[in-house]
Amino acid sequence: MEFVGIMLQIFDATIRVSVPLLLACLAGLYSERAGVFDIGLEGKMLAGAFAGASAAAVTGSAWMGLGAAVVTAVFFALVHGFASITHRGNQIVSGVAINFIAAGSTIILGQAWFRQGGRTPSLSGDARFGAITLPGADAVRDVPVLGPVYSELISGHSLLVYVAFLMVPFTWWVLFRTRFGLRLRAVGENPAAVDTAGISVTWLRYRAVIFTGVLTGMAGAYLSIAQNAGFVKDMTAGKGFIALAALIFAKWKPVPAMFACLLFGFLEAASIRFQGLPWPVIGKVPVQLINALPFILTVILLAGFIGKAIPPRAGGVPYVKER
Amino acid sequence: MAEAAIELVGINKSFGAVRANRDINLEIQRGTIHGIVGENGAGKSTLMSILYGFYQADSGEIRVGGKPAVIKTPNDAIAAGIGMVHQHFMLVQNFSVIENIILGAEGEALLKTSIAKARSELVRLEKEYGLEVDPDALIEELPVGLQQRVEILKALYRSADVLILDEPTGVLTPPEADHLFRILQKLKDEGKTIVLITHKLREIMAITDNVSVMRQGAMVATRETARTTVEELAELMVGRRVLLRVDKDEAKPGAVKLQVKNLTVKDSRGVTMVDDVSFDVRGGEIVGIAGVAGNGQSELIEAISGIRRAVSGSVELDGKPIDVTGFADPGELRDRGLAHVPEDRHHVGLVLAFEENENSILGYHDKPQYLNGPFLNIEAIQKDAEEKIAKYDIRPGNPRLRTANFSGGNQQKIVLAREMEQDPGVLIVGQPTRGVDVGAIEFIHKRLIAMRDQGKAVLLISVELDEIRSLSDRILVMFAGRIVGERGEDATEGELGLLMAGIERQEAAE
Repeated sequence: MEFVGIMLQIFDATIRVSVPLLLACLAGLYSERAGVFDIGLEGKMLAGAFAGASAAAVTGSAWMGLGAAVVTAVFFALVHGFASITHRGNQIVSGVAINFIAAGSTIILGQAWFRQGGRTPSLSGDARFGAITLPGADAVRDVPVLGPVYSELISGHSLLVYVAFLMVPFTWWVLFRTRFGLRLRAVGENPAAVDTAGISVTWLRYRAVIFTGVLTGMAGAYLSIAQNAGFVKDMTAGKGFIALAALIFAKWKPVPAMFACLLFGFLEAASIRFQGLPWPVIGKVPVQLINALPFILTVILLAGFIGKAIPPRAGGVPYVKER
Repeated sequence: MAEAAIELVGINKSFGAVRANRDINLEIQRGTIHGIVGENGAGKSTLMSILYGFYQADSGEIRVGGKPAVIKTPNDAIAAGIGMVHQHFMLVQNFSVIENIILGAEGEALLKTSIAKARSELVRLEKEYGLEVDPDALIEELPVGLQQRVEILKALYRSADVLILDEPTGVLTPPEADHLFRILQKLKDEGKTIVLITHKLREIMAITDNVSVMRQGAMVATRETARTTVEELAELMVGRRVLLRVDKDEAKPGAVKLQVKNLTVKDSRGVTMVDDVSFDVRGGEIVGIAGVAGNGQSELIEAISGIRRAVSGSVELDGKPIDVTGFADPGELRDRGLAHVPEDRHHVGLVLAFEENENSILGYHDKPQYLNGPFLNIEAIQKDAEEKIAKYDIRPGNPRLRTANFSGGNQQKIVLAREMEQDPGVLIVGQPTRGVDVGAIEFIHKRLIAMRDQGKAVLLISVELDEIRSLSDRILVMFAGRIVGERGEDATEGELGLLMAGIERQEAAE
């Protein structure tokens, strides 16, 4: 029974740490499916986390925080869109620039506004998204195995966790069952086909990056006002890049993206759980090595275990009408 | 006379300093097939892109059915009943046929109903015009002929009355092209108007009712097809008399210079592209390899010239083996007298960012005549480039100009001059006249015949069947990686066409 308890704890933690990855990964999916590569997921998430925590601290409302996070991340997404869609700039350079701007400006503004060394004030009460107890969770708690699974694993997360997981079927539906999705997938594969069909490539790609902004904003808000109680500098800690790796791993498909994010989340959760514990045979493993595991796994998986991941064919290439 | 479906009045269009279209007037009669011919860069595609709303004219007017129409985007063109089949298909490769057809014409926000509607509409179009295609097949799995059919269906699904086809036969086998022409004829009989852009004069003569000729951005003439000739059209296109037939004497084949035995080549995915191919080329003859693009010709010449490693088989140059399965390298082969004019001059044949003189010695730059100790002898290289420019009539005649600024025909001449002037014993030429205009084609063909007459062995691959037929002394046909037939220079287009499509003569007779 103790083993089940430990596994439940790890899975519960897995879900919590997977959420920012999942939101960022789906964010990247919209953008990259439309042919706009985005390595600025990290920066947008960070900016969203900062704006969310700041607004929540000032207004005392988690919802205002979420709104500020989304608006800020959409703004950065539009900057990326302006550089790479309207001005046909290099999408990688633009993404890197956004990461740098976000990393620097959150610290400077945080220090200027709150004077706590780049942190935002600690949030509590309505300024955070608290845990939601799903109906019946308490009633079934004592049912063996399934009870704890429902009441601890599924119930008791914040709203954004449920939103994130609902975004998976929603994204699938948008992508494969709607006109917008058809066009979105087409513009990432062959923008000229979209253009000659009388659809604006520019507007379509802008809508995609706006979606990306909304989702990265939510990812950031989750980090600073749901999972944690405030913004800490560099709190995204590479999650935007892991999300990109998960996106490639999932071959730009929503459902596999969820599983990829859960896998990376599981590794992170397990690494936290087993930190400092001696392993059989090997003995004590340095914390740094455990922390590096998700990254090492990413390299190994991407290097050969997933087969060939073919990105959207027009990805990374600004659309120019050919002469 | 029938009424005009489309009228273009005083169309002008410039790209920077280049005037792509100047004061174009054109009238296309309803229910006819109207051909537009001209050399590469004459402005045909630009004009049609204006009509389709892909570009906007700087000035001028478009009238559809007698009424002035404002066509600013492809949407306007579609609304006016104009559809276009682009030279490079505007299809999404990993989408199904039906998804490609509804893209941009879905009607509703959810796909379910629009797909159902498209399905029944496709059945109707299939019956009416004989355009059969599996609606659920993925585009990337369809042969190009069918992909083109999807493009036509796309236009018809948007109820186009006027159909513009830009160089539609470039990628087709002769039987596929014939099938396309039957479809076009059928569309015409149903009252559609068809505009056919091509540089192949024979197609114009075969299928069009009227033909307009463009030269250097201007419309130089419009003729009734029945009252003109290929010679007249060629002269109008180029602006001077052109010799369409290549004059050549009887070949005098000498010793075997290049011998290929049981060569097998696979591509990077492990698919066999060249399958147990054997042939030889003698001095003083041109051996042509005909075939639809993608049937292994490219891999074959890459393997022989040391660019791609073969899996098995052997190749001998002047009786001595080339290590094609191991470490054959193009530099060594060049020293042994094997020159190669690659198919893709932009990516393999030239460095476009280099100056002309640098490209004109590329690969031969370590020959003593171009060196001054360890350094390049700039003066000698310049002088050498100038000589080649004069001999091959490369324009503009400036060896310091960036290669990207030369036209396709002149770039090809730079490559040919470089390879031919080293006096190789064996010359392998891929697509010597792809994207090259009529005037330069004549020149390039003459040079190739001259090489042959000097006793060199020439191996020619080309997707232009006319080119293969007029230059080659022997013709090999490649299909699915194999040589499926050998014919003499008197082979008819019909029998080569069947071989290219993989159909043996006996089968065809049945």
